[in-house]
Amino acid sequence: MSAKPPRSLFTYAVIYLIFLYAPVLLLPLFAFNDSAIIALPLSGFTFHWFGLLWETKALHEALYNSLLIAVVTAIGSTTLGIFAARAAARYEFPGKRGIVGFIMVPLVLPEIIVGVALIVVLIQLGLSLSAWTVIIGHVLICTPFAIAILQSAFNNMDRSLEEASMDLGENKIGTFFRVILPLVTPGIISSLLISFTISLDEFIIAFFLTGTDATLPVYIWSQLRFPARLPAIMALGFLMVLLSFILLLAAEYFRRRANRIAGNPQSSDESIF
Amino acid sequence: MQQESLAGKGRAKIWQKPHFLPVMRPGGWHGLALISPPFVYSLLMLAAPLLLVFLLSMWTQNYLELDRTVTLANYREAISEELYRVLMVRSLVISGVVTVVTVMLAYPIAYYVAFFGGKRKSMWLLLITIPFWTSYLIRVFLWKVILGYNGVVNGSLLGLGFIEEPLSFILYNANAVVITLAHAWAPFAILPIFVSLARIDKSLLEAARDLGDGPIRRFLRVTLPLSMPGVVAASLIVFIPTVGDYVTPRLLGGTNGLMIANMIQIQFGKANNAPLGSALAVSAMIVVASISIAFVLFNRRFLKVKG
Repeated sequence: MSAKPPRSLFTYAVIYLIFLYAPVLLLPLFAFNDSAIIALPLSGFTFHWFGLLWETKALHEALYNSLLIAVVTAIGSTTLGIFAARAAARYEFPGKRGIVGFIMVPLVLPEIIVGVALIVVLIQLGLSLSAWTVIIGHVLICTPFAIAILQSAFNNMDRSLEEASMDLGENKIGTFFRVILPLVTPGIISSLLISFTISLDEFIIAFFLTGTDATLPVYIWSQLRFPARLPAIMALGFLMVLLSFILLLAAEYFRRRANRIAGNPQSSDESIF
Repeated sequence: MQQESLAGKGRAKIWQKPHFLPVMRPGGWHGLALISPPFVYSLLMLAAPLLLVFLLSMWTQNYLELDRTVTLANYREAISEELYRVLMVRSLVISGVVTVVTVMLAYPIAYYVAFFGGKRKSMWLLLITIPFWTSYLIRVFLWKVILGYNGVVNGSLLGLGFIEEPLSFILYNANAVVITLAHAWAPFAILPIFVSLARIDKSLLEAARDLGDGPIRRFLRVTLPLSMPGVVAASLIVFIPTVGDYVTPRLLGGTNGLMIANMIQIQFGKANNAPLGSALAVSAMIVVASISIAFVLFNRRFLKVKG
């Protein structure tokens, strides 16, 4: 194919990107706008809303809960993901497609169904809702993403390195920790970051399962009803966008490194999914 | 997921996988043992809870007591009560429209990146995914700001003199929900279509051109059919979760934008009728699964094609 795109297609691509970025670009405008009403025209520049965030105690608790949940979720789903991805990439076993497919199901399950299913169990068992119940749900929905990322890391790994280690007298566990794990470390870091980000932003399951330990999105949801609180929420959103952006860039860097270590740069485009 | 199946096929060729396995290969137990932690987790935390939801949907709530006699009363109510029927149909229609709009808007972008992205393919894909990583709630709220009565769209149009008074048809109705969801699910639609387009053997396109097909005929007869697996995947990835969304309808839909997920949430919350909520959830799952399976079967002739 020729490398020259039709002009109309290029114009469309640019308009589409503007559509994608419109809400994100508005965020800093309102976060620094010196007005209690979220509307145009802008009235002036202020850091006031960021200062307000610093003083809101409920927000700090929500942030702490969210960070705790996101860290545990990232570790839990990446650990489960390593098991599944390694098994899928390295071994053949009966029912493989079905089992892997089943673990990936939350990817195509409406989140409200996951929330409903877990809350029903918790009510029946008489357990109270807490940060841990949210973690259970988040691990469930993050594991498929972890598997997708890790599987490409395991698939791209050169099998002969593993065989060489075994031939040189290392046992299976030693080989795993000293050869395989270092080779897929960038994939693991990428998986940790992605799971962390998904958990941090997840609202539907968190809303069902938090109880009194509100997470950041649940806190934001509770504030959206009060117009006076909105500018501070815009400031908070702006900070969250910055954080997500940094984490995502880091994840992308490690994902590419994972593919480069494996000597397979071509697959980097397709492994996102 | 697609990589997994490809890898599976490659290995099957080497080992000539038989249809029936009376004796397990040496690696078999290792694989099963290795995958058991995530598998058991999914069984305990997903399959078992879903089973319980199914059971609960056949019990009934008498104020504070749970009556465990098996009955289909909740399902009868879910089907016969007009409100639930209206919400279900509306959810399906809105999700259907969102899916069509999202996939149609996404296709040209995927096409552009796959065929004209050159060395910058990864950069384009990253650019497309970045907005998706911002807080979903805040993104939805910002659309409210954009589309609102005093919002960005109305403000600009008024300022430029295109309209005399603010447009009211863009907020608190289904249009707002469709626009917002088409935005929220864009990367999920673009990526699978991109993957299937990028896999197309370019020599097929050259062959079509050499044999005299113009650009439009070539697209309709070669490119589009070969990219259908991506289109089908994108449609399902957008359609299924959208039916279960309740944030966007609550914030942007107004009273006519309520969807079935809002009702399920109300039954588990304020209405305190978990069995009815379960019945609604199970019904929604069955309907969505049936539609998805029908959609895949309808497109199965495209799905057999190898790019």
